[in-house]
Amino acid sequence: MGLLTGLRDSIARVTERLFSASDPKRIGIYGPPNAGKTTLANRIARDWTGDAIGPESHVPHETRRARRKENVEIERNGRTVTIDIVDTPGVTTKVDYKEFLEHDIDEEDAVRRSREATEGVAEAMHWLREDVDGVIYVLDSTEDPFTQVNTMLIGIIESQDLPVLILANKTDLEDSNIKQIENAFPQHQTIPLSALEGDNMDEVYDKIAEYFG
Amino acid sequence: MGMPEATPTDVDDGVQIDLISGARMEGMASMEKIRLILDGVREGNIVILEEGLSPDEESKLIEVTMTEISPDEFNGIEIETYPRSETADRSFLDRLMGRESTKKLTVIGPANQIQTLHKDENLISALVSRK
Repeated sequence: MGLLTGLRDSIARVTERLFSASDPKRIGIYGPPNAGKTTLANRIARDWTGDAIGPESHVPHETRRARRKENVEIERNGRTVTIDIVDTPGVTTKVDYKEFLEHDIDEEDAVRRSREATEGVAEAMHWLREDVDGVIYVLDSTEDPFTQVNTMLIGIIESQDLPVLILANKTDLEDSNIKQIENAFPQHQTIPLSALEGDNMDEVYDKIAEYFG
Repeated sequence: MGMPEATPTDVDDGVQIDLISGARMEGMASMEKIRLILDGVREGNIVILEEGLSPDEESKLIEVTMTEISPDEFNGIEIETYPRSETADRSFLDRLMGRESTKKLTVIGPANQIQTLHKDENLISALVSRK
């Protein structure tokens, strides 16, 4: 790519973002399976629209389709920020249907779920490359954040220059380690929360308004 | 552009490792790189890339891997790279131009044959088993 072409493309991208400010921003909720993405999406949707987005579960890959909740109006300090929330399937590089068998799911259903899960991950990657304006990256703060999926996804998000907030979820659990997440991604802001209990949601909404408003 | 064929007895005896140089990958289109990797991995090989993939190619690799997973046949891949610490240090002009270094050793193998034992900023330790 020539210097001028590259520069022109970059400027076009930046101006496009500046002048489309009136449209709701599409914010993708991303992260590994079982980080609490749907619990968070439901918490945000219930707090500001009264409806939920989708079913939450301890079984990984419960969310196997990207789900969008449009026109979520978040009020902060007297002004309103409107976003579309996109709850996405947890990203992974492998899916083994046998893992579903451990959750009291029969083989036929397990095979179907695994096929849907793989389609969902492919869909989530496509949304990330084409269709989101910002990312809320949700991590389970009781788990080691130094995984390949996290490294790759944060790299992909950074390469697209998307604004990103990292949420250290599940602070209600005893093993929660927020420092570990801050250390893994020092270039980004980490906000601790419990989406399940609704702890620290005020700070989450402040930052959503600041980053995506 | 395929890999040299191993004889069936070789495959039974061990695990094939393909180390692919940056020079070999240079000039290949994204999908050619992804095909080269997945064709090797689906045969049970461990593929090591000297210079890795760009973030966009990694995203497509995940997407194509997902479309190829099939029960009892292919469970997907295990992939390991070092974290992209250089991203944060890119100059403003590099960021503006979308220029970035993608040079990072990358190890990819079949999910049911390679297991990451340890990973941090500068060490990856993996266990590889036969098919």
